[in-house]
Amino acid sequence: MMGTEALKRMLTIRTFEQNIAALVNANRVTGVTHEYIGQEAVAVGICAELQQDDVITSTHRGHGHVIAKGGDIVRMFAELMGRATGMNRGRGGSMHIADVSIGVFGANGIVAAGAPIAGGAALAMRLSGTDRVSATFFGDGGSNQGVLFETLNLAALWKLPMLFVCENNGYAATTSIDSVLAVKSISKRAAAFGMPAETVDGMDVRAVRDAAQRAVTLARSGGGPSFIEALTYRFVGHHTAETLMKMEYRSDEELVTWKERDPIELEAARLLAEGVSDAAIDELRSQVAAHVKRAIEMADGAPRPSPESATDFMYASGTRPVGGRQ
Amino acid sequence: MSEVQRYIHALNSVLREYMGADPRYLYMGEDVRFATRGVAKGLVDEFGPDRVLDCPISEQGFTGVATGLAMAGYRPIVEYQITALLYVAFDQLVDQAQKMSFITGGQTAVPVTYLMAGSGWRPGIAGQHADNPYALLVHCGMKTGIPVAADDAAGMLRAALDDPDPVMLFLPAACLPSRGEISGDVAPIGTGRIARPGTDISVCAIGPMVNLALEAAEAMELDGVSVEVIDPRWLLPFDYDLLRQSIRKTGRLVVCDDASRSCGIASEIAASVHEMFPHDLRAPVERLTRPDVPMPFAPTLESAVVPNVVKLCDAIRRALRTTEGTRR
Repeated sequence: MMGTEALKRMLTIRTFEQNIAALVNANRVTGVTHEYIGQEAVAVGICAELQQDDVITSTHRGHGHVIAKGGDIVRMFAELMGRATGMNRGRGGSMHIADVSIGVFGANGIVAAGAPIAGGAALAMRLSGTDRVSATFFGDGGSNQGVLFETLNLAALWKLPMLFVCENNGYAATTSIDSVLAVKSISKRAAAFGMPAETVDGMDVRAVRDAAQRAVTLARSGGGPSFIEALTYRFVGHHTAETLMKMEYRSDEELVTWKERDPIELEAARLLAEGVSDAAIDELRSQVAAHVKRAIEMADGAPRPSPESATDFMYASGTRPVGGRQ
Repeated sequence: MSEVQRYIHALNSVLREYMGADPRYLYMGEDVRFATRGVAKGLVDEFGPDRVLDCPISEQGFTGVATGLAMAGYRPIVEYQITALLYVAFDQLVDQAQKMSFITGGQTAVPVTYLMAGSGWRPGIAGQHADNPYALLVHCGMKTGIPVAADDAAGMLRAALDDPDPVMLFLPAACLPSRGEISGDVAPIGTGRIARPGTDISVCAIGPMVNLALEAAEAMELDGVSVEVIDPRWLLPFDYDLLRQSIRKTGRLVVCDDASRSCGIASEIAASVHEMFPHDLRAPVERLTRPDVPMPFAPTLESAVVPNVVKLCDAIRRALRTTEGTRR
């Protein structure tokens, strides 16, 4: 990904998420969502090194990964707004958003549950003799899940072409890593599985991309899995309703310190220093804003799924679910 | 052309046939190269270690790996050695694999066949290895079957391997050593069979309880009672058409299930029958199940909680005595 493309992707995620939060607050998106604001450099940096037929599994905070992988934001808005044209035809919503056609094997409502699924995709790639890879995203919270350790062992054992991407944003919902991690460096855990690992600045999209490049190159050449811990921070609550619920577990000072290293502003400043004009970056910002605005309008104009279809897609065989339309 | 085969050999033959014909089928689980349970015997010699994967004791992990393989075009077959491993792998089974088709709006199928090899109770295995928790899977929408006859082991495995959805087969420990005629036919998902025709009362027996019901039917015949034994084979989808035909004839039903009582499959069948065809019943449905306790160890306690022929004959007599008067 060259030039301003990474900045554009990060801006798209940021703008998408800001609009989603507004739509949630206006009750045009039901439930709550987990916004990716502040962590954009991780998804964009990793996915910059992935091709369309590479696979990712994502988390409950998944919108950024889907956009970074090339997901269509019209269909994403439509999904979250409960439309028939949504990415999951209105059956998934925020926490299960998926586009299998571009290798997004799903966001996931269960922390770290996507890890073995990405492992299976990687095994399929190895068995079929392609040089494709998979990446599984999880957080500092997910780094404590048993199924993640199981998958780390399986991936190292079977030399799966796979990336373990830990987005360490410092908090599992409201719980600081200080109270739940026995060893503060999450990447050090990979050593127990004989897996190469590094900790990178997750606010620097180029640093993340460089780490992804090393890991992807290794995986594509048969060298097995790698572990990347990206140090990052979410600028918003764990979920949309957090402000309303007045959940206070982080200091203002901590938030301000991290916001000074906003991944979007860091990359914009770097592009400016490299000779990209202010006008070009402003133009990019307005292009993204217009694109997102148009996407919401298109999604909003789409039909809602019919109630009669509520039990469709339960079985690929067409078997009708018990208690549903027969 | 039919031949007599052991239940376990019938399964093994079908696995060889499918794996030989289609490289997308993979076999994975714990101790599967050694084939502790016998189901996978010889597979690694025939198909190699890339297609017969010995997995670490990581039931969540390898169950999830099977989901990813299936989403990427493979057709994994996952063997579990102990029924209670279902509890360990539960999120990956029901929250991930089973829900994937629905929550993605039909973007992907997850064609995985799970084999619970040596399921259920054997003497002396006590609390944590003796459950029959298939009702949990049915509750969560997973296609689930229990072959009892050797022919059904082969036929139901074919149906599972042909299906695009996750399918779980419980292969009861009590049935693995049995033998029978093998027809080579598929036993389609959702179809039951009449294990023994009769006219006075229907017994719907789950898994190895079919054999118990056949014994009870012999015993009751001496009393002049003709018992029809239904083997539903599949718990989801359930063959209510077959059960209805039987109840229309007999007007009475006993459901026999060697599993806990509350929210069990016997409860579901009883409720559904009362809802779907109340006017065909001449008496309330009787349930014979285990009480809601873990399997105790001592033999005298064990036999106190599992269904047996005496208890089943008692249940049949109770159902014969009562009359609801709802038939029109």
